[in-house]
Amino acid sequence: MSAATIVTLPDQSTARIPKMNFLTKENGLLSWLLTGDHKRIATLYLISITFFFFIGGALAGLIRLELLTPQSDLMAADTYNKVFTMHGVIMVFFFLVPSVPATIGNFLIPMMVGAKDLALPKVNLLSWYLYVVAGFMAIYTMASGGVDTGWTFTTPLSTHYLNTHVISTGLAIFVAGFSSIFTGLNFIVTIHKMRCPGMTWFRLPLFVWSNYAASILMVLGTPVLAITLVLIVLERTVGIGVFDPAKGGDPLLFQHLFWFYSHPAVYIMILPGMGVISEVVSTFSRKRVFGYTAVAFSSVAIAVFGFFVWAHHMFIMGISNYAVLVFSLLTMLVAVPSAIKIFNWAFTLYKGSITFETPMLYAFGFMGLFTIGGLTGVFLGASGTDIHLTETYFIVAHFHFVMVGGMLMAFLSGIHFWWPKWTGRMYPEKISQLAAVVTFIGFNFTFFPQFILGMLGMPRRYAAYPPEFQVLNVFSTAGASILGVGYLLPIIYLTWSLKYGAIAGNNPWQATGLEWQTQSPPLTENFPEIPIMDHEAYDYEWLEAQQRKEVASV
Amino acid sequence: MNQISPVLWQFLVKWMTNFSLFPPEASKIAPQMDALFFFMVLVSLIGLTLVVLLLVSFSILYHKNRNPVATQIEGSTLLEATWTIIPLGLFLIMFVWGALLYFRIYTPPANAMNIYVVGKQWMWKAEHPGGQHEINSLHIPINQPVQLTIISQDVFHSFSIPAFRVKREAIPGRYTTVWFEATATGTYHLFCTQYCGTNHSQMIGDVVVMTPEDFKQWLATSTSGNSLAQNGERLFSSLSCTACHNTRPDARGPNLTGVYGSHLTLTSGQTITVDDAYLRSAILNPSQHITQGYAPIMPTYQGQISEDGVIALVEYLKHLNTDYRLQQTTNTTELLPEQEGATTPAGKAAPAGEVKQ
Amino acid sequence: MSDSTVTAQETAGSAQAHHGEHPPYQRHHFESVEQQFDTTNFAMWLFLLTEVMFFGGLFMAYLLMRNWYYPAFVEASHQLNIGWGTANTAVLISSSFTMAMGVYSAEMRRKGALVFFLVLTFILGLAFLGIKSIEYSEKWEKFHIPGIRYSTSAFTNPQSDPEVYKEYHDKPLPPDMASKTELYFFLYFAMTGMHALHMIIGIAILGFMIFRAKNDAYTTGHVTFVENFGLYWHFVDIIWIFLFPLLYLISRY
Repeated sequence: MSAATIVTLPDQSTARIPKMNFLTKENGLLSWLLTGDHKRIATLYLISITFFFFIGGALAGLIRLELLTPQSDLMAADTYNKVFTMHGVIMVFFFLVPSVPATIGNFLIPMMVGAKDLALPKVNLLSWYLYVVAGFMAIYTMASGGVDTGWTFTTPLSTHYLNTHVISTGLAIFVAGFSSIFTGLNFIVTIHKMRCPGMTWFRLPLFVWSNYAASILMVLGTPVLAITLVLIVLERTVGIGVFDPAKGGDPLLFQHLFWFYSHPAVYIMILPGMGVISEVVSTFSRKRVFGYTAVAFSSVAIAVFGFFVWAHHMFIMGISNYAVLVFSLLTMLVAVPSAIKIFNWAFTLYKGSITFETPMLYAFGFMGLFTIGGLTGVFLGASGTDIHLTETYFIVAHFHFVMVGGMLMAFLSGIHFWWPKWTGRMYPEKISQLAAVVTFIGFNFTFFPQFILGMLGMPRRYAAYPPEFQVLNVFSTAGASILGVGYLLPIIYLTWSLKYGAIAGNNPWQATGLEWQTQSPPLTENFPEIPIMDHEAYDYEWLEAQQRKEVASV
Repeated sequence: MNQISPVLWQFLVKWMTNFSLFPPEASKIAPQMDALFFFMVLVSLIGLTLVVLLLVSFSILYHKNRNPVATQIEGSTLLEATWTIIPLGLFLIMFVWGALLYFRIYTPPANAMNIYVVGKQWMWKAEHPGGQHEINSLHIPINQPVQLTIISQDVFHSFSIPAFRVKREAIPGRYTTVWFEATATGTYHLFCTQYCGTNHSQMIGDVVVMTPEDFKQWLATSTSGNSLAQNGERLFSSLSCTACHNTRPDARGPNLTGVYGSHLTLTSGQTITVDDAYLRSAILNPSQHITQGYAPIMPTYQGQISEDGVIALVEYLKHLNTDYRLQQTTNTTELLPEQEGATTPAGKAAPAGEVKQ
Repeated sequence: MSDSTVTAQETAGSAQAHHGEHPPYQRHHFESVEQQFDTTNFAMWLFLLTEVMFFGGLFMAYLLMRNWYYPAFVEASHQLNIGWGTANTAVLISSSFTMAMGVYSAEMRRKGALVFFLVLTFILGLAFLGIKSIEYSEKWEKFHIPGIRYSTSAFTNPQSDPEVYKEYHDKPLPPDMASKTELYFFLYFAMTGMHALHMIIGIAILGFMIFRAKNDAYTTGHVTFVENFGLYWHFVDIIWIFLFPLLYLISRY
């Protein structure tokens, strides 16, 4: 099985990285810090989010270490509260939300639509600077004592009952939110207005559709988070009373405003990952994605429905039973398009010609783990079971399955898939496949026991727990250490590959898609001339014809 | 096995005999919830198996070595319809079943025994109507529907009894309720499941389910002397509520005898049914809850009374069924030491010790 | 939605166009000036949509609080001077008119007219902020700054404020309802403050634009910046058109 591969590399003895590419076009720090080139900005983002991922990951390690024992013995309760809060804030706002869109999306979307850059390059750069500023603010918060509100900032705890750095964290997220809005805005405008001739909506790669849907959510949802944070800051500083029942305000108003963004946020996080999976599954089965139209519309359906389900985070908070009915029903509806996608990807394999390079391994991991994560979401969407399962480790397991087992795997799949395009070099295949398998095993050990813990009733955000929960927690921590290894390996070998990796050439995967028809790494302007799209997406017959032409014309 | 260090062996033994995989079913609703849960697990298993089967079998059958040339297939509307409708159908079954369960858990029966729960950082205070107060524990009788009226004194908390499969948020500023009927004696975990600050993990306790006889005995030995209603009566007097809410025909405020459960028309024209939430709002935000025909002169008690106090008042009003009782309370007003030297709104000082008509 | 396939013919032609054959203000990643204008215009509309969502949170809070505490909102709104509010509305609508005239001038490539109208818009914008600051300082005087300097005496005892009492003859509010007026003022300051912030940003950009307009930046065919800014300015105006009746005219219809 391991002998079969679709990788086609140029002759390594004569191959060279193209001298003129986006990395070599200009030199010097300023050429990077003042760039408008979407690929350079994507690279800057990649470095930044990797940095924050490891901070968030270290915090996760601390959480799991504390939870080895039933007592709160590794750190003070306040410290533990700060650790899980910062873990959540960093992972959600500084890693997951920008992960695929700001890195892979920024890098690829102009190329996938056949444009020379995104519509608004300066806004793109501004988006990165906002992210960096927000990141500094977050680091300042951590360095000066941290914040312990939980990433959900529940009022009145966050407004009246804590004396940690709530305001600076709130402002950091506010700024990061605008970074996200500008990225999404750029994508929507680019996809609408800068498609090359012949590139109709239905010839776009599904990655573009997914990012488009996620961008709609970013653009419409994030401002609501922004205003909510403003209200928190005002409530905390001035004491306006909008969330304070003693002054006539309503703490539940905060919940509605917060979740109105934070639910679409989870779709912002997962949709781009789903886009990656579409590309990877297609390439490694040599087949057009099964049911292209269904997958495209599913992405948009998830985005639209995603705006109408926020109160499923509030089922036990005293909202009316009838509101619960409505939101529970809508939650069931939003689960369906994800199921459609999973089946479409599975059937893409049917009568394909499948190989198991690293991106495909991660994609398989995604499909299995996201199925579990998504199905457990249905457990929570059915209001009756939600009563027992909410606010327990079941929720923690659910969202880690979709976010880590789903999104993070998709991100790694995409990074490996487009690494040769981005850097001109291949990553080492064997060790990367090992890392993928290690990650998958570690992940399951870490998070599956947490479903059981949740069913048992172990609450979230507990530093200490009843002793009968210990065995499962120990399993979980053991898995986390394996998972950590799985995430460290790529850093090592991907960095190694920058210097020692095999030269990739234009299209090592024999993939369709406009980005693969250019050099690796690409030119700053992507294409010397704007291409004309005269074939459908995932047109492997067109690709074959191209290759025959190339061979014949040399 | 003796080759393993004795310490490690001890650990292993302790772990293996002291862990659980499934919570006990100790309430009437627990098996119903578990039934839905297992249905969902079953559907998920089948779904997952199906997906994994598809992935694995396609991976084997269509591996590049076996199938070097891919066949381009656009799609299949039939398949799309199938895997849209079947999951949707299953999810809708779960929706309906879950909704039924939800309504059942949050709609208490009429004969439920009421217990008040006040959550505060970082403890649970349970107050039985008979005056028994508990911290971080809840004693209840078996086979009796129990309704909890829950409120928080500060931040959001969440009252959770996993063995009963019930949970309800404790929110500052409003009452929430949940009910259950315990079906097995024993002691079960009580957790706070909404992050509430430093000692969130310590806000745990025990729910003790007892036989009716044991419960009666517990009630008798745990009472603090006054029932909640009696405390409420005292508050009703000491806060001068009787100045306006008394039995006199020219009283400034409505006679509150039998008000609980009645239909009241407010000055806005709205008709409401008087329940716990209404009484609490009327005490804390009276100007929006003025009964029709009365002037909006009731002062607010926001800041002057704790949640425990409000609960006591509510309990008093719940049991205020006769004018006689209300008259007794009015009489008490003049007897209270707090009233010594104070002028009643009618302008008369009430000397201590004198009984007024 | 118009998309780039419309300009396919042009694009195919200009694809071979040499580097120097497009206007200097056309950015390199665009195939034509039309595409550039179309794209940036669409981007501005989308940005304004995000602004609507941003203000939306405040409008949501307003909806809720006004519904719950209507008497407090009515009496608190009487503390706002309808005269100043109307004046501000007139000022903003006029400034939208002058802005539109400015855009027209840019399109007609008339530099003098453009600068004139931009300067007028600038002045009207400053006038709006001036009136707002008069109103805000009056609120400070009367102890109506929520959380920082607040007193409900004007609502529990309306006769203590003769000016307002003469006009409205409000009934005294019970103390618990009077305390809700603080929520009204919080919303007043948050909504008008957020609006004023957007005005300030707009005025700053206007200043920049006047300077550039004087140097012929917008009257040689490149009207994109002015047009898109015009959109922004009209949006800020429309937000005020909503704020005015919601905050000033609660009991007046």
